[in-house]
Amino acid sequence: MSLSVNEGVDVKGLVDKVLEAYPEKSRKRRAKHLNVLEAEAKDCGVKSNIKSIPGVMTIRGCAYAGSKGVVWGPIKDMIHISHGPVGCGYYSWSGRRNYYVGDTGVDSWGTMHFTSDFQEKDIVFGGDKKLHKVIEEINELFPLVNGISIQSECPIGLIGDDIEAVARAKSEELGKPVVPVRCEGFRGVSQSLGHHIANDVIRDWIFEKTEPKEGFVSTPYDVTIIGDYNIGGDAWASRILLEEIGLRVIAQWSGDGTLAELENTPKAKVNLIHCYRSMNYIARHMEEKFGIPWMEYNFFGPSQIAESLRKIAALFDDTIKENAEKVIAKYQPMVDAVIAKFKPRLEGKKVMIYVGGLRPRHVVDAYHDLGMEIVGTGYEFAHNDDYQRTQHYVKEGTLIYDDVTAFELEKFVEVMRPDLVASGIKEKYVFQKMGLPFRQMHSWDYSGPYHGYDGFAIFARDMDLAINNPVWGIMKAPF
Amino acid sequence: MSHPVSQSADKVIDHFTLFRQPEYKELFERKKAEFEYGHSDEEVARVSAWTKTEEYKEKNFAREAVVINPTKACQPIGAMFAAQGFEGTLPFVHGSQGCVAYYRTHLTRHFKEPNSAVSSSMTEDAAVFGGLNNMIDGLANAYALYKPKMIAVMTTCMAEVIGDDLSGFISNAKNKESVPADFPVPFAHTPAFVGSHIVGYDNMIKGVLTHFWGTSENFDTPKNETINLIPGFDGFAVGNNRELKRIAGLFGIQLTILSDVSDNFDTPADGEYRMYDGGTPLEATKEAVHAKATISMQEYCTPQSLQFIKEKGQQVAKYNYPMGVTGTDELLLKLAELSGKPVPAELKLERGRLVDAIADSHTHLHGKRFAVYGDPDFCLGMSKFLMELGAEPVHILSTSGSKKWEKQVQKVLDGSPFGKSGKAYGGKDLWHLRSLLFTDKVDYIIGNSYGKYLERDTKIPLIRLTYPIFDRHHHHRYPTWGYQGALNVLVRILDRIFEDMDANTNIVGETDYSFDLVR
Repeated sequence: MSLSVNEGVDVKGLVDKVLEAYPEKSRKRRAKHLNVLEAEAKDCGVKSNIKSIPGVMTIRGCAYAGSKGVVWGPIKDMIHISHGPVGCGYYSWSGRRNYYVGDTGVDSWGTMHFTSDFQEKDIVFGGDKKLHKVIEEINELFPLVNGISIQSECPIGLIGDDIEAVARAKSEELGKPVVPVRCEGFRGVSQSLGHHIANDVIRDWIFEKTEPKEGFVSTPYDVTIIGDYNIGGDAWASRILLEEIGLRVIAQWSGDGTLAELENTPKAKVNLIHCYRSMNYIARHMEEKFGIPWMEYNFFGPSQIAESLRKIAALFDDTIKENAEKVIAKYQPMVDAVIAKFKPRLEGKKVMIYVGGLRPRHVVDAYHDLGMEIVGTGYEFAHNDDYQRTQHYVKEGTLIYDDVTAFELEKFVEVMRPDLVASGIKEKYVFQKMGLPFRQMHSWDYSGPYHGYDGFAIFARDMDLAINNPVWGIMKAPF
Repeated sequence: MSHPVSQSADKVIDHFTLFRQPEYKELFERKKAEFEYGHSDEEVARVSAWTKTEEYKEKNFAREAVVINPTKACQPIGAMFAAQGFEGTLPFVHGSQGCVAYYRTHLTRHFKEPNSAVSSSMTEDAAVFGGLNNMIDGLANAYALYKPKMIAVMTTCMAEVIGDDLSGFISNAKNKESVPADFPVPFAHTPAFVGSHIVGYDNMIKGVLTHFWGTSENFDTPKNETINLIPGFDGFAVGNNRELKRIAGLFGIQLTILSDVSDNFDTPADGEYRMYDGGTPLEATKEAVHAKATISMQEYCTPQSLQFIKEKGQQVAKYNYPMGVTGTDELLLKLAELSGKPVPAELKLERGRLVDAIADSHTHLHGKRFAVYGDPDFCLGMSKFLMELGAEPVHILSTSGSKKWEKQVQKVLDGSPFGKSGKAYGGKDLWHLRSLLFTDKVDYIIGNSYGKYLERDTKIPLIRLTYPIFDRHHHHRYPTWGYQGALNVLVRILDRIFEDMDANTNIVGETDYSFDLVR
């Protein structure tokens, strides 16, 4: 904890004022999700992972989004069926930028949309028969598919379909994993339960039912990347560093990942976790079941990258430790040049962040590396353990908002006037119209990667181009 | 595995260039060879070739269950779009909350605009006990926070499956003083498992009109000189609705656009965020029952609404996304007929200029073969315009298209010699279209951003002329309707044709004799 951010701003007063607009019942509920970080606090002092209030314009999504959109969708050599009506798969079709290498439609399907397109009769009579047929047709038209997942949409759990029975029958018949995921959108309070359900399905339907590939030869340097969705190539820009220090990345979960990589993961010596929120479950399971330790790391910005590389290397022998130092030293001149170029343009700029389950804390030091300040941050779907972890990154006086509503965020930003808002597509144009520079921090605003040393340069460039674009200076008409 | 650092502060390279550097290419190779356990390159090549065959096409068309890359979304997004065209209206989607995040995202990515809508955030307990409390609290919160002039309620499939009754719930919420008793809360049941976004649009328009006009038939409602127009679900609504208003202004017609999103989806950047802007005034919506006629620009977006309007004694006329010279002619003649006013001289001049442009460019269009996909009305309007240009619509495909629609397309094709190679594919998807494009080639594809995967696979150039367009900016600000709109569409098509010509003739010393300066 150093000097308080937001000095001279009555942030507590602002929170109270914003809450005034709510009807009483909702005001009480929302008050628990908003806080100003105090010195020496044990955590961020907000409640989290609680149902959103109806009618307030939450920015959250659903369990299906967490499973199909986040965890399963990027596994490129499987086909993921959006099981139910047409919309869920349509809206989540190809929007997330999980990059992969493959021949789409032939041996990879990441940017395609498969659905059972439920009609009224499927709701009335059940959709299991149709699901059988969907899977058969997929296997016939896409013979190189290595597995199929069934991503349940809301109606599936409401009409009593037995997708597990279909999955068992079809797995047997096709000789390929067919996995049922009960990620109906009404389950849980956000995307988060979808991540958890998806993790559990990997445990029960991949680990329990398949084996690591025959002929897979382990080495003492085998690690995995868990919880990197390869947005704009993030996982590649991370993998390259791990390989450079002498480790072997045997699996990527799940950006640019394959079924074989999931299956081989129990062979790892250590699981390295980037997005803790979405994949800690499977890491804990592997620790318990296979005795594989796991470690969180952070590849945003040079301070955290160096610290993480050293922490990772410390788990291995001296060669790896020496390699880590060499790699850090090798990239240092480039990093220094990036900071020399961009820091003078960004120093002292204030940022408000609102993203998903990892980045509201993980990107903080990348901003600090550029001399920028975080004045507010919050998560769509974090749990208490995320807020505990956040407290180490942010400074006294930071405004913390959990499951913020569009109304609150707009009012906070209006008064606090940060120099940059870092959030999602639904927020982007609201703030740009208010004259505020904005970067999408889910999709990297179609840029990226932001992970790793290569990614940091792009991150720095992008923050600069957002903040220092001349458009913000011509908003007011001279008449 | 040491390699030089490719990244540099001087010239920062991002995903476009970074991953083409040798160290990343090698990384991809290693990952593939050691860890992916994929299929051999030969096997992938064999299957890839097979997916392009007639045999594969037959299997593909024999599909009965799986839908792959459809050209349709679900009802609520259409309903939300319709609601957002009314003054100060906040859509309230009753059901699971993730749906709303998806609709808002989808519309935002196309229009590059904020999109406001709330959810009643129903979860497991609501699935068991029903969502009444979510409606009561939700309406109260939405009303208090966002100060709308109207809240339009629609449903997700979750609420539909458990059978929540909107009418009863809304009355209940009003009794509990969530919103004032006289506050307008129109609604529409919009099950995602019936029809698609265009049906949702229809349901919400009907819901709003029912709220303001009453449910009972009343053929004797007094009439005035105004004319209503329902644009339908249209990605070019910003440009198109403004163009329609301009045309009506030239005529001197009092036009009420029922659901006009043009201002709401195109607000200025001047330091102030407007959550609501423009839209059909609620008073005008109420008064619109007295209009002498209602025109629907998209028949398949409005069947129930038009039926309802007819029952109020209005004349109705319906079009199928009218584009081009004759498409616009028909619309203008109808406006002239309904208003008793002649087509303004200025529009006649615009027509002449459009025809002049077509005459100037016809050599590049004549006989060119096109695939067209999208919503049913768009496909009809686009195909007609193409034939007018001497081009040939060959594959016309709409996942929302019915058998009736197929017949209607066929009739349009039969009306022109340029339609003789054309065929309509209702209920089919873009994976079907991929087979068609490989087995019966065309020169160009007209569709939306999702077509870029078809362009990549088939190398047939794509022209983006319908929703959603995520990867090109601002075209929706220009009309595609009216003579001016037709000119825009013509130029878009021609630009793509010329770019394609240049791209195919630019190898120095080999093909560049045809790299003509003058075309």
